[in-house]
Amino acid sequence: MKVDWLVIRSQVISFRIDRRVPLVLLFLGLITIVAMVMNLGRGEYPISPLDIIKTVLGIDTGNPDHAFVIYNLRLSRTLVALMVGVALAISGTIFQGLTRNPLADPGIIGINAGASLAAVSAIVLINSVLIYTLPLAALVGALLMSVLIYSLAWNKGSSPVLLVLMGIGLSAIASAFTSLLITFGDIYNVSDALVWLAGSVYGRTWEQVFSFLPWLIVFAPTALLLARHLNALNLGDDVAKGLGTRVEWERGLLVLVGAALAGAAVATAGNIGFVGLIAPHIGRQLVGAHHQGLIPTSALLGGMIVVIADFLGRTLFAPIEIPCGVVTAAVGAPYFLYLLIRNRKK
Amino acid sequence: MPTLLGLVLGLCILLICLVYSVTLGAADIPLDKILASFIAFDGSYEHLVVQTVRLPRVLIAILVGSALAVSGALMQGLTRNPLADPGILGIESGAALAVVATIFIFGSSSLSVLTIVAFLGAGVTATLVYFLGSLGRGGATPLNLTVAGAALTALISSLTTAVLILSQRTLEEIRFWLAGSLAGRDSNILLQALPFVMVGLVVAFALGRQITTMSLGEDVAKGLGQKTAWIKIVTAISVVLLAGSSVALAGPIGFIGLVVPHMVKFYIKADYRWILPYSAVLGAILLLVADIAARLLLKPQELPVGVMTALIGAPFFVYLAKSKVKK
Repeated sequence: MKVDWLVIRSQVISFRIDRRVPLVLLFLGLITIVAMVMNLGRGEYPISPLDIIKTVLGIDTGNPDHAFVIYNLRLSRTLVALMVGVALAISGTIFQGLTRNPLADPGIIGINAGASLAAVSAIVLINSVLIYTLPLAALVGALLMSVLIYSLAWNKGSSPVLLVLMGIGLSAIASAFTSLLITFGDIYNVSDALVWLAGSVYGRTWEQVFSFLPWLIVFAPTALLLARHLNALNLGDDVAKGLGTRVEWERGLLVLVGAALAGAAVATAGNIGFVGLIAPHIGRQLVGAHHQGLIPTSALLGGMIVVIADFLGRTLFAPIEIPCGVVTAAVGAPYFLYLLIRNRKK
Repeated sequence: MPTLLGLVLGLCILLICLVYSVTLGAADIPLDKILASFIAFDGSYEHLVVQTVRLPRVLIAILVGSALAVSGALMQGLTRNPLADPGILGIESGAALAVVATIFIFGSSSLSVLTIVAFLGAGVTATLVYFLGSLGRGGATPLNLTVAGAALTALISSLTTAVLILSQRTLEEIRFWLAGSLAGRDSNILLQALPFVMVGLVVAFALGRQITTMSLGEDVAKGLGQKTAWIKIVTAISVVLLAGSSVALAGPIGFIGLVVPHMVKFYIKADYRWILPYSAVLGAILLLVADIAARLLLKPQELPVGVMTALIGAPFFVYLAKSKVKK
């Protein structure tokens, strides 16, 4: 065992991660950066990768257009894609760990639909709603939905598939209300709401980056700090209690973190499905199931997936653009089916 | 015979809803004018509105409602799955994708072609869901089938969205239809789909006895001398005819096929010879009422009727999943 773990110990935290983690993170980070650079170069006005790297690093390329195109138009979009992916993946990892359910994903168990409903309500019912308050509204929706689904399907050790079933039903209710609001609402606000309901990072600006960033800065490290408790809770409530976890308190905190990340992601980019499902699964293949290593790994994977999905969505049928939510669903739904079948064979 | 009486009563309620729905609209048309448009059509504005706009809409609602409800009842009986519904199991979304893809590839096609395509889409998806849902050791349990259907729906609707985004023209032609709505349909499509719905319904009603035995379990049915393979095939054909033509008529409308058979079973417990016709009548009533509500709720705006049925049906789905699905 001694070669398998890296231990980081200081006054404040003690951290044990799989030895594979740093290498895997480095590798994933490189792929993500390559994907982001490709994404930045893609568009009406192609820019070579070298010029992109120069511009981002602040080196003059001799072409003032480069700085304008990258800073004002493209970088914000790619950053939003990255951040949304990171948030969704962490949220998915938390919910899969908490529910001990390999099929859990904030989109599948209805939390994204609740967040969408709350955010659409805010857009439609409050005139000229501030963009910074949208993640807050989405958080309320996501939390309410978590409580609802918890009380309906997740306590008393319900089967994994029942949780998904409840998620389907609750999502259907939430999206029916969302359609109701959209029909009911003022037409200008409605077009606002429709833009991000599709699950897209199209036209996202720095404003969105900065309204999202605080959520990621606060909650992503919190998730990492709680990883130890997630490991314990993953073993079952009794074991967790025995290991000294205050079960209800830690679980509540984890739900809050998961809902906040999912809600902020939905408020920024709409419902991009299946990222929170796929990323933790690939992550587990790479670094194992310990959450201290799994959370950063699947976070990077999630960011990478959304950035690549956005790239594919813009490239596959150029010049027409497919929202990255459609791309992730086209890949994620078959993967979900595969998991469903494999899950049952055990 | 109280069971027959109930059916007659249901038909009376359906008639009342029908008449009320025809009177409803932007222009107030009194009842005598509506009647006159049938007896002595004089080509006046009111008569035209009744005959070309409102009547087709009501008739489509009736056809679609009963087709969906009966196909739901058939599936619930055959697979003993309380959550079976052509919408939930993805059959409707498959038919929708087939229609969208056909318009995308071949340009506008005639209504009859689109109807056939919808059947194909419905049939392929139904087979696929059943196949995927029955993989693995658990077999085709209600849970597995439903979740497989939901996953397939997610995949199919992402493909549908992609096609719609790729082609603005397809989007314009189809957007309204895809929301699941009864508005703006003309009588041509009604005549196009009518024979298919009728065949589907007749086959379904004829199967009543066999479905009853199948709902006791496949082994029991075999023991009672039923040719279960044949029953399955014929039922599947009927389901595909009904679900496919309802999608061709009104786009995907969810939850009618789920809710109605359960409502009927409050009154008639197990006899599918009665459950099926009751479902047809009640499904027609429910969709008509949902359509009326969709038009009145936010007047003068109109909701897609699919939203209304989801508002009624989705909570019911949650209730069923909670109470009827054990494990």
